[in-house]
Amino acid sequence: MNDPYRPLTAPQVLDLYFIENRSRVLDIASFLDRIDRYAGADEARAEYRYQALMRTLRLLVESPGDRTREIQLSLSDPTSEPLDSAVGLKAWGAWEGVPHEGN
Amino acid sequence: MKAIDPHIHMVSRTTDDYLKMAISGIHTVAEPAFWAGFDRSSADSFRDYFHQLTVTEPARAARFGVRHYCWIGLNSKESENLKLAEDVLAIMPEFIDRPTALGIGEVGLNKNSRNEIAVLEKQLALAAERNELILIHTPHLEDKLKGTRIIMDIIRADARIDPARVLIDHAEEHTIGEIKDRGFWFGLTLYPNSKGSPERAIDAVEIYGTDRICINSSADWSVSDPLSVLKCANEMRRRGHPEPAVNQVFYENPKSFLGQCPKFQAD
Ligand SMILES: [Zn+2]
Repeated sequence: MNDPYRPLTAPQVLDLYFIENRSRVLDIASFLDRIDRYAGADEARAEYRYQALMRTLRLLVESPGDRTREIQLSLSDPTSEPLDSAVGLKAWGAWEGVPHEGN
Repeated sequence: MKAIDPHIHMVSRTTDDYLKMAISGIHTVAEPAFWAGFDRSSADSFRDYFHQLTVTEPARAARFGVRHYCWIGLNSKESENLKLAEDVLAIMPEFIDRPTALGIGEVGLNKNSRNEIAVLEKQLALAAERNELILIHTPHLEDKLKGTRIIMDIIRADARIDPARVLIDHAEEHTIGEIKDRGFWFGLTLYPNSKGSPERAIDAVEIYGTDRICINSSADWSVSDPLSVLKCANEMRRRGHPEPAVNQVFYENPKSFLGQCPKFQAD
């Protein structure tokens, strides 16, 4: 008890978490390959959630230091007006855009 | 170590889970009223549920030496039905008065609709009138940011409610800063696959500090883990954080927030 705080160094963090994050990258790669391999790949790739995921992958590389928050924001509804009704609606994980007629 | 799980749905867990939690060091839990996985047909269903939360569950917990507290409220997923909401609101005070009920929760928003907001406002008004602690449920996924902002604006507009007596739960990286800046407590939820991981929760502790943060499992009938707060405490420990800081986040903080209700005592 009451040990002095000995924070890890960045190389120690790299060592501690490398293998599990290597595995996560491979999971994402094989998920995208799976979509490519299955029937209807063009339709899936055009879908807003696929597009949103692609934007997050770019943010992973482009926003050092604040990636997590940037990715969360990129997946969020940025509007402030309440919905008229929530009946039959659920969350899908990415924001489809402002609802318009026929949507 | 000893830990408090400030948000766990024990009505959905087995008795084995109480044993596992008790022998692992979780001796105090708080259970918010929530959505049962289906929409209930009348306020009578809520009467039975509130009875379960205030009578049945504390007795089941006590057999394992676990102190069980609860929150009373109408969740946002069942708030589209305004007649049901009115009926449930009418029976809530009777249950909030019970000896293990800590306040009003979890109440909040789900899809950020007008009816959800109307029902939330009524429950916040009840809390303000009675000076009750408040536990806020924020929406999931893409709806969280917008819903968190709407909720905070509503609460801050009511001068009777002290933000230090409100915990905004299910916060994530894009909402923590705004919640903390406005003086509220915030909760992080550890939910396998869909919400936060222990690693991300401890990242938030490192970035935002150990003040006004509570970490919970929200374990319920879905994929979840009633020991996740202890696994998260271990993540903090293995990064070299000192034991008093771990104790603050996983024991002292929930004790401080919940202890603002005089009915609460931690084991
Ligand atoms: Zn909950």
